[in-house]
Amino acid sequence: MKRNNTWLWSAAALVYAFLYIPLAIVVVYSFNDSRLNAEWVGFTLSWYKALFNNAEMLTAAGNSLIIALSASFSATVLGTMAGLAIHRYNLKVLPVLVFTPVAMPEILLGVSLLLFFLQVLNLTLGMVSIIIAHTTFCIGFVAIIVRARLQDMDESLFEAARDLGASPWQTFRLVTLPLIMPAVVAGALMSFTLSIDDFVITFFTKGVGEPILPIQIYTMIKVAVTPEVNAISTLLMLLTLVMIIIAAKLDAHASSRDAKTSS
Amino acid sequence: MALLEIRNVTRRFGSYTAVDNVTVTIEAGEFFTLLGPSGCGKTTLLRMIAGFDLPDSGQILLDGKDVVGTPPEKRPVHTVFQTYALFPHMTVADNIAFPLKMAGKALPEIKARVSEALDGVRLSDFRGRFPHELSGGQKQRVALARGLVNRPRLLLLDEPLGALDAKLREEMQIELINLQKEVGITFVFVTHAQNEALALSHRIAVMNRGSVEQIDEPSKIYGFPENRFVADFVGKISMMSARVLESTPSHLKLEVSGLGEVVTVGKEGVKAGDNGLVAIRPEQVRISHASDEPQLKNHFLGKVHDFLYVGDVTTYIVELSNGAYIEALLPNSAPGRAKFYDVGDAVAVSWRHDAGIFLHE
Repeated sequence: MKRNNTWLWSAAALVYAFLYIPLAIVVVYSFNDSRLNAEWVGFTLSWYKALFNNAEMLTAAGNSLIIALSASFSATVLGTMAGLAIHRYNLKVLPVLVFTPVAMPEILLGVSLLLFFLQVLNLTLGMVSIIIAHTTFCIGFVAIIVRARLQDMDESLFEAARDLGASPWQTFRLVTLPLIMPAVVAGALMSFTLSIDDFVITFFTKGVGEPILPIQIYTMIKVAVTPEVNAISTLLMLLTLVMIIIAAKLDAHASSRDAKTSS
Repeated sequence: MALLEIRNVTRRFGSYTAVDNVTVTIEAGEFFTLLGPSGCGKTTLLRMIAGFDLPDSGQILLDGKDVVGTPPEKRPVHTVFQTYALFPHMTVADNIAFPLKMAGKALPEIKARVSEALDGVRLSDFRGRFPHELSGGQKQRVALARGLVNRPRLLLLDEPLGALDAKLREEMQIELINLQKEVGITFVFVTHAQNEALALSHRIAVMNRGSVEQIDEPSKIYGFPENRFVADFVGKISMMSARVLESTPSHLKLEVSGLGEVVTVGKEGVKAGDNGLVAIRPEQVRISHASDEPQLKNHFLGKVHDFLYVGDVTTYIVELSNGAYIEALLPNSAPGRAKFYDVGDAVAVSWRHDAGIFLHE
């Protein structure tokens, strides 16, 4: 038993090391007072200063933020509606269609969206096309989270609302929406993090205009891995981490509350 | 005019008939119970009264008006759910205020009525709590207060005591009876627990496989079950095959094979030559030493096969000369005395002529 535990812990440690050492290196070197990612010289914040003086980088970050906010907003609205419909009508085919983009290779989605925008919609590639593309692959994530939350809930809550005099719309506004809100917010945060660091689909649908953050980082790396890239990566990581933690907390808190209510 | 009239209501799910041509009339002020095993259609019937489900055919009349086309929120009917269905994101007070808000009542009135309802279920100190901070019994009382606060014409209760432990269940039964008396609102109660139905109701409809088997007062349901299902489902009963020898308005003379003649009260629609069952409740059966002088007409010898001591009473299972078993219930009225007869003892069982019931097979 003891022996098994040791093995388990070693395996876990290895997995975590594998996952997080590369990230840790990026973070450490973003504070390194040297142009080279080779040895530790001393602590500095100058790479962060340089980052905030890099106009192109700031534009890229601003664009990415706009895209992530718009895409996560529309994906949240549409994904929530999809999740509700799938649950309410116990649909069989639609869920598969909504969830498929989640598992589909990004490159496939990128190519097909590119063709769709250019040949079907006749759209000039730019911010709008990226927002639509990001919305497309985020809807599935939101729908999955919202539907899972609905499946956990006591169906009689919605019947009780109707029974006590609420119209279908009042039931949605006063009971359903507040109860699925943690899942909706979690879905929005998830969409935001997926959108802000998406490379492949953005690459296919961006056209030639505005700089977008992940692609900007890639362009910089093509020349050399500078500590500036480390700095922006660290910031991005921090943002993502905060969002994921909030999303997880929200869902866990609400689930435990509701589980206790109906027992 | 009856408050609720269910006329020839049928509900099918695919090839399965959940409710089969049910007709029930419920009067204003009644505590009416739908009793039956799971799958008998009682919950489906309740859901159709509430408006969550629609009958395939038949009518549901509330105060003489057909409500089948009316959505649940427009029916003056509220439900207490088995899971209570308290809104987890609202406080106790907000839960109770919900139906009043939906009905568009003015704020001062809502406040007054919520306070009154909280007092009614002795939960005034809990108004600011959330449902997950309450015990099972408290949730139950909030659900009751919420269902009653807007004074519906009808309160439906779907196995509301099912989730409570035995002791609390008994307390809640008494509370339910008092509450119903106090508010005067008609209750339609659904349960599979026959003792609960007997304890609470003015009238009971016993349901089985989508149909109503018998509608009567609790004492009639228990004392004069109309058929084998009702006799068997409600309370304990011993049954033996019997053939009618003689039928008069005052009594029936039955032949039980291998045992002899049994006399029961007369029953309409029974004629000589009919085959059926004779059924006797355990508490109606007297047990005595085999050598004692017979005092009743129905008097048979046998031996104790087994007994079951449960504290207040002991049930003896007696094997009769024809191999049939009959149960006799003896109160343990003397302290420390749990056993009057032992397994294998030769005993006699007897019962009054009006204790047995003849049932058609």
